[in-house]
Amino acid sequence: MSYLEYTVKTTPTGLRKVLYLNWPLAILLTAVASVGFLMLYSVSGGSFSPWAEPQMKRYALGFAVMFIVGLVPIWFWRNMAGVAYGLSVLLLLVVEFFGTSAGGSQRWIDLGFMRLQPSELMKISLVLFLAAYYDWLPLKKKSHPLWVLIPVLIILLPAGLVFAQPDLGTALLLIFAGATMMFFAGVHWAYFAVVISMGVGLVVAVFQSRGTSWQILKNYQYDRLDIFLDPSSDPLDTGYHITQSKIALGSGGWTGKGFMQGTQSRLNFLPEKHTDFIFTTLAEEFGFVGGFSLLLLYALILLFCISTALANRDRFSSLMTLGIATTFFLFFAVNMSMVMGMAPVVGVPLPLVSYGGSAMLILMLGFGFVQSAHIHKPR
Amino acid sequence: MRRPGRDNAQSQKAITRRGLIIAGAQALFMGGLALRMRYMQVDQADEFRLLADENRISIRLLPPARGRIFDRNGEVVAENVPSYRITIVPEEAGDLDDVIARLARLVELDPEELERAQRDLKQARGDTAVTVADRVSWDDISRVAVNTPALPGVAPEVGLSRRYPHRGDYAHIVGYVGPFADRDRERLDAPEQLLRIPRFQVGKFGIEAAHENQLRGKAGTKRVEVNVRGHVMRELERQEGQPGTDVQLTLDSGLQSYVTARLSGESAAATVMDCETGDIVACVSSPSFDPNLFVRGISVPDYRELLENKYRPLPNKAVQGIYPPGSTFKMVTVLAALEAGTVDPEETVYCPGHLEVAGRRFHCWKRAGHGNVDLHRSLRESCDVYYYELALRTGIENISAMAKRLGLGVKHDLPLTSVAAGLAPTKDWKRRVRGAEWVIGDSVNAAIGQGDVLASPLQLAVMTARLATGRSVTPRVIKSIDGVESPTGHGDDMGLNENNLRRIRQAMYAVSNNRRGTAYGSRIIEDAFRMAGKTGTSQVRSAVVDNNSVPWEERDHALFVNYAPFDAPKYAVSVVVEHGGGGSKAAAPIARDITLQALYGEDPPLAAYPSKDRGRIRSQQEELRRVRTRPDGDGSDRA
Repeated sequence: MSYLEYTVKTTPTGLRKVLYLNWPLAILLTAVASVGFLMLYSVSGGSFSPWAEPQMKRYALGFAVMFIVGLVPIWFWRNMAGVAYGLSVLLLLVVEFFGTSAGGSQRWIDLGFMRLQPSELMKISLVLFLAAYYDWLPLKKKSHPLWVLIPVLIILLPAGLVFAQPDLGTALLLIFAGATMMFFAGVHWAYFAVVISMGVGLVVAVFQSRGTSWQILKNYQYDRLDIFLDPSSDPLDTGYHITQSKIALGSGGWTGKGFMQGTQSRLNFLPEKHTDFIFTTLAEEFGFVGGFSLLLLYALILLFCISTALANRDRFSSLMTLGIATTFFLFFAVNMSMVMGMAPVVGVPLPLVSYGGSAMLILMLGFGFVQSAHIHKPR
Repeated sequence: MRRPGRDNAQSQKAITRRGLIIAGAQALFMGGLALRMRYMQVDQADEFRLLADENRISIRLLPPARGRIFDRNGEVVAENVPSYRITIVPEEAGDLDDVIARLARLVELDPEELERAQRDLKQARGDTAVTVADRVSWDDISRVAVNTPALPGVAPEVGLSRRYPHRGDYAHIVGYVGPFADRDRERLDAPEQLLRIPRFQVGKFGIEAAHENQLRGKAGTKRVEVNVRGHVMRELERQEGQPGTDVQLTLDSGLQSYVTARLSGESAAATVMDCETGDIVACVSSPSFDPNLFVRGISVPDYRELLENKYRPLPNKAVQGIYPPGSTFKMVTVLAALEAGTVDPEETVYCPGHLEVAGRRFHCWKRAGHGNVDLHRSLRESCDVYYYELALRTGIENISAMAKRLGLGVKHDLPLTSVAAGLAPTKDWKRRVRGAEWVIGDSVNAAIGQGDVLASPLQLAVMTARLATGRSVTPRVIKSIDGVESPTGHGDDMGLNENNLRRIRQAMYAVSNNRRGTAYGSRIIEDAFRMAGKTGTSQVRSAVVDNNSVPWEERDHALFVNYAPFDAPKYAVSVVVEHGGGGSKAAAPIARDITLQALYGEDPPLAAYPSKDRGRIRSQQEELRRVRTRPDGDGSDRA
């Protein structure tokens, strides 16, 4: 039985595709987004405005985007991967050269109804493009140095542009997500081992050389590094934010202070309580039970993504789904580590929960691809 | 559509293997997150809860209401009134100049206060409320309250502020309060925390300062929930403080205001003392000032005016001012001589107008001399030579000891600012302080209240009361604290010979009732209230020149002491008019008027005055009624 016959016979068509949607995943996403609505309602003091209502509308829009994207055959998206990547690089260049405003770095393009951050778009485009690349690359070439260098350049080009914005956090996320994609694709262990050991060696060298005659960085650069790695050493600004965030989280206890009773968020001790630090409000008001439940929901989303990816015999679909899942994981892992004081403060929102339009829409677009791969998997 | 197909299975195996590795790593990381969360929220929860409470709960002090001060009849002398002020929190105001400009359109802002506020706004932390207008009227406050949406950071606030309804009448006795300053720190054993309340008011002068600890009360506390800017969101718990203790004075507002008015225009002081209880019923230093000016901090021009006034309004001349008592000291000298037995009352001394002592000539004020003078006449006509002779016979030690028994040269224990001890000089004192030997001329000078002798108007009143009663009457200004009566100053019998005292009293009676007495012009006609007194004129310069031909600063001080009624002494009065000229002319009429006012408790009938003075007295009474201070606001508030 040829592949063509196979697809024609068993791949669902038309409206029947709706039945083949990965519904558990869609429900989980909605559940997480609902947690977001609840918390946004709480941090605005028990009001749908200014955050909860727009967020709900955006989620509705995002859900529609996921739905529509999911119904489009996966091969179409694979063919679009290069276009998406090219467009994203182009947009990054646009904000780099034309997007500057008086206030310093401008990372978005105003589309009228939303502000598009090309770096957000790039997170998805990169996953898509790398998946397409490895789908196209014959398997035996995957660890050949030349064919390893190409994806490295594919990753470093946007990462460099984002770094120049400057947005170190997102740049590192792109590199990390890209490297994980290469790992999924089966690039030889040795490359990773070399890069990791070189990286570790560099970091060790930088810190070991401090205060010696062969000191690598300037003193003020070390001071900046210290604050980046341990914000609480800087009692102002980020250090203050992290301290307040930890207090809010810790004071939640087992079951929390109760819905809308979080003193740290209600009295504005928490910074950015509706965006990057929204997890803290959840943990303050619903305690360990609430925080752990959200973590569990995230884990379930990952589980469904990874299981559908591994069950999918289409190489592009597998790689792409794993990539989206990894990007998703990186988002919430970095955000949670940050608010718990385990990671430097980088502006990474809590996926689907933090207030913000473009991040949510782009994430839903990514899950749209996951749905498309799920619906159109070879049967 | 390109389909690789053949190496699909191999590819899938690789992806599955590596996918599981990454999934495992992710699971591990999430486990780590969960453990960290558990550690913070369960193991460290109490610690973080404490920190969260520290963040949100702020303990604010509730300033206690200061104790009120009443006069002897329960009339309010110092009270607390609600005062409204407007504050700005710079952080919330945004464009400060704009907000202030908008505020200025609603309420009138005092330029000086505004300047100070702008300085404070620059220095203050962004979240501290700075007062831009104090003691704002209710109308202004409501205008601001209505417009708060247009005035970010601006808040109307209410507090209590001190008010002295009698204005200048009690300025030197009651004193005033003012914002706590660092220099007050050593003076007050105040709980530190209370003083941290911005502009907390403490007593600065007079009874307000001396009874600070009773008047202040104890601060209450409230626990409030604050937001990150320190703004109070709600009150969690409140513990009321204890208001300060009320203090009642022995002074009488009616008399006090009369005396203030009577002394106005002079640099003078007067004290009225109750001979029975030692109560100071009136004590005035003139000119006075309005203590209300000091409550929120006096303006620089106002303060400069008070400092540069040559009549010195700020010090309390009645207790701080010390003057050579002049002839009012003669009772001391003669009583010392009588008690020492160095003179017989009937004995006469010849006064040729001067006395040669140790090669120096001491003049009597009457250059022509008095002729033969006995005790009675010496006091009545104030012959100096008689006292020169007494000084030679009696010695300075006896005179000084008698002065101290009568309350001169000793510091009376009163809760007032800078109570002066005065001076009753001794040989030892001169050796110690001046480093010189006492000479006989010193005794001669001291005998007529000149030279080294110094006394305050208060001490002269005490002296007069003790002469009038024979008891060691001691002054008191506090009638009761918190309703508990203070011990009176009735005093015990001083053990003086009653005959000697009677001689002196009769002579003092003659001073203001005998046609030849120095204060005959200021006598009282009403038989029941006849007074006994003594004039005094103390030299400020050495040469004797006519007072009217020298500048004010060089004229003699005029003094008068008296008590009345003669038969049953009720009040002892002392009056000192700085550079007033002669005691009989400048001081005695004032003392007489005050005495009558005290005895009648109101404006005395004209019948009490000598008939030829009545016309003048009537117009004077009318004039004084017009200028006397009426208490501000609702004076009917009784204790």
